[in-house]
Amino acid sequence: MTNNTLLKPSRPVGIVGYGAYVPRYRIPAKEIARVWAGGKASGLPVKEKAVPGLDEDVITMSIEAARNAMARAQIAPSQLRAIWVGSESHPYAVKPTSTVVGEAIGAVPHIQAGDWEFACKAGTEAMVAAMGFVGSGMAEYAMAIGMDTAQGKPGDALEYTAAAGGAAFVIGPAENSLAVINASYSYVTDTPDFWRREYQRYPEHGVRFTGEPAYFNHITSSAKTLMQELGLTAKDYTWAVFHQPNTKFPQRAAQMLGFTPEQIAPGLLVPLIGNTYSGASIIGLTAILDIARPGDRILLASFGSGAGSDAFDIVVTEKILERAGLATRTQEYIARRTEIDYATYARFRDKITMK
Amino acid sequence: MEIPRHWRLKKQRYALVGEVCPHCDYKIFPPRDVCPNCGDEAKTLYTFSGRGEVFSYTTIYEAPTGFDSMAPYTVALIKLEEGPMVTAQLTDLGDQPVEIGMPVEMVTRKMRNDGDERGVIVYGYKFRRRV
Amino acid sequence: MTDVIIAGIGQTDVGEHWGIGLRDLAYAAVKDAIADSGGLQPQALFVGNMLAPNLSNQAHLGVLLADHCGMRGIEAVTVEAAGASGGAALRQGYLAVKSGLVDVALVVGVEKFTDQVGGGVDAAMATTSDSDFEAVQGLTASGQAALLMRRYMHEYGVPADGFAGFALTAHANGVGNPKAMFRKAIRVEAYAQAEMVSAPVNLFDAAPNADGAAAVVLTRSDLLPNGYPHALVKIAASAVSTDTLALHDRHDPLGFWAARESVEMARHRAGVTLDEIDFFEYHDAYSIYAALSLEAAGFAPRGEGWKLAAQGAIARGGRIPCATMGGLKARGFPGGATGLYQAVEAALQLRGQAGACQVSEARLGLIQSLGGPASTAVTHLLEKL
Repeated sequence: MTNNTLLKPSRPVGIVGYGAYVPRYRIPAKEIARVWAGGKASGLPVKEKAVPGLDEDVITMSIEAARNAMARAQIAPSQLRAIWVGSESHPYAVKPTSTVVGEAIGAVPHIQAGDWEFACKAGTEAMVAAMGFVGSGMAEYAMAIGMDTAQGKPGDALEYTAAAGGAAFVIGPAENSLAVINASYSYVTDTPDFWRREYQRYPEHGVRFTGEPAYFNHITSSAKTLMQELGLTAKDYTWAVFHQPNTKFPQRAAQMLGFTPEQIAPGLLVPLIGNTYSGASIIGLTAILDIARPGDRILLASFGSGAGSDAFDIVVTEKILERAGLATRTQEYIARRTEIDYATYARFRDKITMK
Repeated sequence: MEIPRHWRLKKQRYALVGEVCPHCDYKIFPPRDVCPNCGDEAKTLYTFSGRGEVFSYTTIYEAPTGFDSMAPYTVALIKLEEGPMVTAQLTDLGDQPVEIGMPVEMVTRKMRNDGDERGVIVYGYKFRRRV
Repeated sequence: MTDVIIAGIGQTDVGEHWGIGLRDLAYAAVKDAIADSGGLQPQALFVGNMLAPNLSNQAHLGVLLADHCGMRGIEAVTVEAAGASGGAALRQGYLAVKSGLVDVALVVGVEKFTDQVGGGVDAAMATTSDSDFEAVQGLTASGQAALLMRRYMHEYGVPADGFAGFALTAHANGVGNPKAMFRKAIRVEAYAQAEMVSAPVNLFDAAPNADGAAAVVLTRSDLLPNGYPHALVKIAASAVSTDTLALHDRHDPLGFWAARESVEMARHRAGVTLDEIDFFEYHDAYSIYAALSLEAAGFAPRGEGWKLAAQGAIARGGRIPCATMGGLKARGFPGGATGLYQAVEAALQLRGQAGACQVSEARLGLIQSLGGPASTAVTHLLEKL
């Protein structure tokens, strides 16, 4: 099948290694509601969210996810020809995250490195670029990371969900892949549903405008087009994972596209870790890969405000059997849990004004 | 600012890159170029596994300048499985107690700012209870 | 061989001298030491100091103090070995006189901790450890001691208040020393309730940083002025040994190897057995250092140094009196002046001028100055002639 709608590399590519990371601290949504919403217990968007420790940021978290991905990929760091990190919470305004990650995993200096930003889809944007980089033959392996320590304004609706975590992927030739990426498709428009201006600590959002015209329009358009062009329907997929800013949105998007709750269950992590922004859809993918069997077909659809969605068609290979166990699994990170109260959270997230 | 000093040590700090003595195979960290075991020159790079156990530890309540925002924090002597001992903070302790002999693994974390929050972030090894 | 005599001694009160600067503090001790020597005129000045470049933004103390003390033109240098700076400076003075190249040497130790306040002092102290591989982890001087103390308690089964005896003895002795920072005895209950500095090191396990200056005038016995009024005290032996700088580089961190070596060398050079030593001024910057130093010197088997304190053996009148004038714990820890305070206090004991702190019939005193966790160990044996 050839067409100009889908992105398909000249040589087949796939995921050679993957790695997740979730920090260990959790703040329950009801604890945030205790402080900001009179303790209301119903209608909360998640059960709890993951909070980074005092010594964590997108660089340290990316390093850990990258190490996990390299452990599964079983390639030498020098074989990587790119490290691209997508995030909206890079520790520096100017100075790349990716060079530190590259240095830490021993992949420098013969390498492309760069930081990506497209709200919550910067990580999948980097994956698409890596597909092209490997698929064109320019590189044998490239690493794409989506990671965030998301900022939620105290008391804002997003504070319940703005979480920390993400995933890293080594993209390489299909013959060495644990999951082949057949094609991707992106749907992008100028839709201002959520943004953060320069020098602002916290983002602004369009409240209900973030739903229909932004999230749902883009994510269903990308997924629908990808499936149509491939001649597939929801029934052809074993699993599906969507960007998950809260519990309801991905559930509804799945329903609109014809997926069952069972198909999205293993990748639906938002109730337990919150919205990890650039990491949100892809850490769902790592959780699925952790339990996937050879032959399983996976639909991945990210969403980034501003706005756009990247959809991927992925088929798991035999290599998953030997590689899934080579690094810490997503659910093991989620199980490693220490609950904190709002005061500790405020300290950890630098929300207490010191000067 | 101490940018050059931190920059020079990045391999050791980010990934526990030490040395192995080409003469007696002794593993060396921190790197010191003269093998403490046989006295010959040792400059061959060697990346440690990052696994070890707690030899001793302390919780520091009165932090020196540069570490105040992290206090109280725990510093340990870690016996690496390849032999050498290293001084490092323990992180991700949560609410579980630390014990001598506890198995730990290396992670790369923020150590401090070089100067204030306008300076570069110094990253380096810390250890946590093995996941 | 030429005997090197401690002809003059001087010391300031140890404490927080907010109104007195580094140079004036040093001068007060120097003036007293020279007067005590009967007016000997030094040809060389050795300054023991640990942190002035850091805490007072002042290096080049040799010439600063020679100039300030009215000795412009003489040979003058600073000797630095962290907490052992005072002991190390004393050794330089000893070598100068012993060699015959200098007739009269002045050694002054001085430290001004209170030129800074807050976490800057801890950060400055941490520069005496391995900056690249210890201090960068946020390890402090107290933290180093705590790592040793925790391991020691673990290996030897020491109870939580097992180290209380060191603080109790030091504070009991400090009562009788008019120069001491703390002159109040404490009770074991106070030790048990003390707040943690760096667990398990509590406030009473750690000597307080303080300002102070102490000085000695060294010369040969044949150069003493007529009518010299004091009993003669000589430096019977001087020895320095070093270990690894960083704790983590030691195969046997609880061995205090340099402390052991320097005592053995000093005893060998003076031909002295342990039994002949009448008192021991150890470097009790932390109570664990006191325990390890007692073991390293040979006064207790490994793992049992703490018992000497618990059993009263280090009290005045005990088997081996220690910290006889309060030690670092009660007299205070004036950094690079500490080794000189030990020399001054030992000289007072040997001259019979120690007042309420007097160890009866003291003839031979062992003093030991440590830099870091015995990374540097300077040991002197002082003998009454």
